[in-house]
Amino acid sequence: MSGTYLGMPAFPKAAHEAVHNTTLRGNLRHATHTIRAKRANAVAEMSDWAELREAGKQIKDHTLRHLDRYLVRLEESVQAAGGTVHWAADADEANRIVTYLVKATGESEVVKVKSMATQEIGLNEALEAEGIAAYETDLAELIVQLGKDRPSHILVPAIHRNRGEIRDIFAREMSEWGRPAPEGLTDTPAELAEAARLHLREKFLRAKVGISGANFMVAETGTLVVVESEGNGRMCLTLPETLISVVGIEKIVPTWRDLEVFLQTLPRSSTAERMNPYTSTWTGTTDEDGPQTFHLVLIDNGRTDTLADEVGRQALRCIRCSACLNVCPVYERAGGHAYGSVYPGPIGAILSPQLRGTGSEIDSSLPYASSLCGACYEVCPVAIDIPEVLVHLRERVAQGGPVTERGDKVVLKPAKGHAAERAAMRAARWAFGHPGVLRTGQRLASRTRRFHPRTLPGPGRAWSASRDLPALPAEPFRDWWQRTNGGKETGK
Amino acid sequence: MSSRELILGRVRRALADVRADERGDERGDERRDDAPYERAVERGYLREHGGRSVAETVELLAENLADYRALVHRTDADGLAEVVAGLLRAHGSATVLVPSGLREEWLSAATDVTRVPDRGESTAHELDRVDSVVTGCALAIAETGTLVLDGSPDQGRRRITLVPDHHICVVRVPEQVVSSVPQALELLDPTRPLTWISGPSATSDIELDRVEGVHGPRTLEVVLVTGSGD
Repeated sequence: MSGTYLGMPAFPKAAHEAVHNTTLRGNLRHATHTIRAKRANAVAEMSDWAELREAGKQIKDHTLRHLDRYLVRLEESVQAAGGTVHWAADADEANRIVTYLVKATGESEVVKVKSMATQEIGLNEALEAEGIAAYETDLAELIVQLGKDRPSHILVPAIHRNRGEIRDIFAREMSEWGRPAPEGLTDTPAELAEAARLHLREKFLRAKVGISGANFMVAETGTLVVVESEGNGRMCLTLPETLISVVGIEKIVPTWRDLEVFLQTLPRSSTAERMNPYTSTWTGTTDEDGPQTFHLVLIDNGRTDTLADEVGRQALRCIRCSACLNVCPVYERAGGHAYGSVYPGPIGAILSPQLRGTGSEIDSSLPYASSLCGACYEVCPVAIDIPEVLVHLRERVAQGGPVTERGDKVVLKPAKGHAAERAAMRAARWAFGHPGVLRTGQRLASRTRRFHPRTLPGPGRAWSASRDLPALPAEPFRDWWQRTNGGKETGK
Repeated sequence: MSSRELILGRVRRALADVRADERGDERGDERRDDAPYERAVERGYLREHGGRSVAETVELLAENLADYRALVHRTDADGLAEVVAGLLRAHGSATVLVPSGLREEWLSAATDVTRVPDRGESTAHELDRVDSVVTGCALAIAETGTLVLDGSPDQGRRRITLVPDHHICVVRVPEQVVSSVPQALELLDPTRPLTWISGPSATSDIELDRVEGVHGPRTLEVVLVTGSGD
């Protein structure tokens, strides 16, 4: 993945700072609670939600289990429809291909549809280094780009900004990039949206190259699908002469008919709407309508390594709806930036350490960025068991084990900093295997509870810095059980 | 080794646990692939949600279009030209984009509005100066309040319904109305470029407050017309 987030502190540190930012917490609480309630209503309209969810899961699983075949089929279909297919093993290769394609048009600027894949590979930075300006055209991405900021949510990347902050960014920065913000701009959403409309329209109308991702690719027909709200997607997909779409290899569905599942579940799960305002589908090129040159860049960038993990591969079912972010108590308090990746929230906590490996401090901390409450699994429209994968990845971080890195099987050592946890688990195993020791220990703990510290000493300090130590009962359960004859006699 | 071969090789090694009999169809000829896939996925979901009469389906379409702030009008074939002319007048439009295959009589009452034909060579800047666009559609989906355009001659190129700020879309009811997304996909041709439109352009990026009209047309007017036949 990209170097955008290199040097990020591990999740506990980043989250610790975020939870003390009251503006951020206020913005996030408002946003996540609003969308949570709306989503529940939108889903409740569908009496067959459970069946749609199961079908979505099965379609994606089937595709992943035959991914080689569907990739080849997709390539054939896209080529037959007049497109060109490129393959990129990692971020660098994808960036090189796109840079080359843009340069071949002779252009030095591009308009972009919001795309997780291009963020993941750091495409904008790579293009900038080659003298090509990439303009983000989604309103939230524009706010992030103008604010020299990072996205913090999959669907609404500027969710951490309130209207006052957005007004200030527009008033200050728009003139640097093109048409300035209108004089006397206020902070009403309608005025802010109008300022963005005027600023971006001049870019859309002159653009010769558009860059997009895709929500889905249909292997059978070679059709790509982009789901959006504002119309900036339609602008980028239809006005330029050349369209370059950068898409992860897992975004395939086998047949045209499969879209009937996801076009019902995605809008309701993400923006809580029956349908998003605009959906565009295109199959190669069409004479006199839209771009006459179409390139599809298929990227791996850690996806095949994820596919090799029999538990973790289910993360590749993700359709990037972001419902899991909006219900997550950890995301709500820590914010998206703490995850140190373009994929924040629960899905980011399992996707990033798999795409990037658990080698860095931030990636080895991500599987712990969860209370395992399970709300993310409940709302997931493709039923990704995020808690299961989190626990699986925690085990890998703490104990090491076999993984696939860049296509090669390697054995990971346990991550540093988990020695205390392993020692504690070993001690617990031993104690549970020796009932007398356990009994004595529990009694001792109960009777000395008045003297227990609030934080742990030594290596446990980090653990207790972000948690309250559990209160111990005055009497161990075993003693109570014995004293009250199994609860039959009244104990206190 | 090319990156194509590298990636496909990695995929195949990653799927070493997938049973040979499950993947057996790879050896067979391509024709047989779809039959196993039909059986591989349980499609226990509904083809449409709830039973409705034809009239009720049209009513639901109107409700859901209005729910996302499209302006809905109703008329019959005889009144259509007057309704379209009235909408253009009310919007103050001096110019209107016209797809090549739009029925002549739909615009017959709009005598004071200059017609701009949808031409391949017209630039985006030229389109930006046009006030309104009038099109038909391929079909409309009642459950979601969605219009689908497929680039047929009465709808024109995708960009003509995008750049002008005012879109009037005529839907023949009940012929062009389906209940649900699955019913719509069945009827649509994936080789055509499709645009699904549910209400005017909108954003919820600022504190999740919905604002209509960002980059696409800020005003979407839908005329449901009965008895226009086909």
